[in-house]
Amino acid sequence: MLVKYQPMYWTIGVIALQTINSQFQRQVFKWGAIISLGEGQLMEIARKCRIDIVEMVHKAGAGHPGGSLSAIDFIVGLYGTEFRFDAKNPNWEDRDRFIMSKGHASPAVYSMLHQLGIITKSDIDSFRTLGSTCQGHVDMKWTEGVDFSAGSLGMGLSFGLGCAIAARMDSSERNIWVMIGDGETQEGQIWEAAMATDFHNIGNLNVVIDRNRIQNDDFMEVQMEIGDIGAKFQSFGWKVIEIDGHNMQEITNAIGQASSDQNEPYAIVAHTIKGKGVSFMENNPSFHGKAPSDEELVIALEELS
Amino acid sequence: MSAPSTGGASRDGYGSALLKLASDPRVVVLEADLGKSTKSCLFRAEHPERTVSMGIAEQNMMLVSAGMASSGKIPFASTFAIFTERAFEQVRNGIARPGLVVHICGSHGGIHTGTDGSSAQSIEDLGIYRTIPNMTVLHPCDDLSAEELTIQLLNHDKPSYTRTARNKVPRVYTEDNVSEIKIGKGNVIKEGNDVAIIACGVMVNEAKIAAQKLSEKGINACIVDMHTIKPLDGDLIHKLARQCGCIVTVEDHSVIGGLGGGVAEYLSRNIPTPLEMVGVNDRFGESGDTSDLMSHLNIDYNAIVSASHAAIKRK
Repeated sequence: MLVKYQPMYWTIGVIALQTINSQFQRQVFKWGAIISLGEGQLMEIARKCRIDIVEMVHKAGAGHPGGSLSAIDFIVGLYGTEFRFDAKNPNWEDRDRFIMSKGHASPAVYSMLHQLGIITKSDIDSFRTLGSTCQGHVDMKWTEGVDFSAGSLGMGLSFGLGCAIAARMDSSERNIWVMIGDGETQEGQIWEAAMATDFHNIGNLNVVIDRNRIQNDDFMEVQMEIGDIGAKFQSFGWKVIEIDGHNMQEITNAIGQASSDQNEPYAIVAHTIKGKGVSFMENNPSFHGKAPSDEELVIALEELS
Repeated sequence: MSAPSTGGASRDGYGSALLKLASDPRVVVLEADLGKSTKSCLFRAEHPERTVSMGIAEQNMMLVSAGMASSGKIPFASTFAIFTERAFEQVRNGIARPGLVVHICGSHGGIHTGTDGSSAQSIEDLGIYRTIPNMTVLHPCDDLSAEELTIQLLNHDKPSYTRTARNKVPRVYTEDNVSEIKIGKGNVIKEGNDVAIIACGVMVNEAKIAAQKLSEKGINACIVDMHTIKPLDGDLIHKLARQCGCIVTVEDHSVIGGLGGGVAEYLSRNIPTPLEMVGVNDRFGESGDTSDLMSHLNIDYNAIVSASHAAIKRK
């Protein structure tokens, strides 16, 4: 298979030599080399990210661990395989974009950026403190490697659509990835964006829905259950893939399929467990937006070690 | 070149400016099923590949604009002024907070909307956008100044909101002098020492009529086109307060939070001066012929004359 973007690699001074290792693989420069990580390596990075997540939320005494732990496997799977970016030049204009629309799950993003070396341990240690690189909700003004200022739900898919339209106008094949929460689909603007994506025949935009079934106050079935999210996106003209959002093979397969097809927008419904990886946080609405106590942190770190 | 006594509406100036800006390939236009009204249709006809129809979905339009701005484009997004308000939080959180340079145009602002009635009469837009950090807020008075200010936005490094009006009004500027106006600088269009009338939008023309009436009573009013509501030209306001000793603000907008509010904030902090405010007095509008409505709501030239007398008495 021909390597896409070869000219661009030369223009940014990266020597692209590595043989692609899957049918859909695009060459990606990151972690200081061109790599695509295997399942075991990805799961190990996700484990380290989980430790970052619980530690930074504990240290801050506030934050959203539940939705960060449900989302992190997909994020690691994306950055570790198809996502085109340059860790040494996070502002590279023709990078793919990752738009974290559920901006309260910022610890997941910060942990990924930390593992990539884009932000430091001291950055994540200062999470939510005055002047910190790591604001409470992800913010492109404050953090290298963050592509969107989130925090108000329902806006990221529209922003991603704007990035996708601009990329097409520039004849760039960069892919735009948006992550939204399942509760976030209660915002009407999500469906405005879904409709406009189909109308404008956008194929370089993909959305992953973190389907953990819990929102701020309680389970979605109590607050406002949306039902079959995949069927709804499908009815708006999107290709839909349903996956176990903690199965790295399913994650990377779905990412590969969506990345390689720039003719259709993909909605990947990632069925996840809120708080995944920390027993007392799993499927527990109270850890949507609560920090673990000192004692709970010890237990969490034991479970993640 | 002598200017005609009447030109187009300010929305026409916005449309013609977009056409002139098209030579910059970064410029893109977004519309929400009102392109024929806001006049972005002129750009669409010439440059459909750079025009994005968002349907009747203003919230989506604002964030799509933000995404495009983050990707190197200079988006000009328009709809009715009142419907930009529907997406206020999107403008606040999605555009202004990250400082993405999106230029929003709300046409049919104020009660100059035709006879649709209060649902379409935005009388709070200038006030709400003025409260957002990073935003520039413009309200030109005629088609020529609307075109000039919109063209200047190409090199403006902040997001902006421009209110245009539906109706044609006599031109305040000529093609020869309009290039003298600058974003952020109020423009004195008639000197005077008895009272300073600071107006914006379609009310600049009413202020000119009022000044004529006042001159018949021996009162020499200074008239200012304050086309930039934010950042407000404090230096000019200061000078006018010293020069005239009293001020009247005039706007097709609520007296709360808009031009009058901004001038009041400046004066009370810096140079307390008698101030009268002509505007919609904390009420909604209604259907009606525009001139009838202006009279009914006390925002026509008669109201400006009365307010000027009141301000002068308080000196």
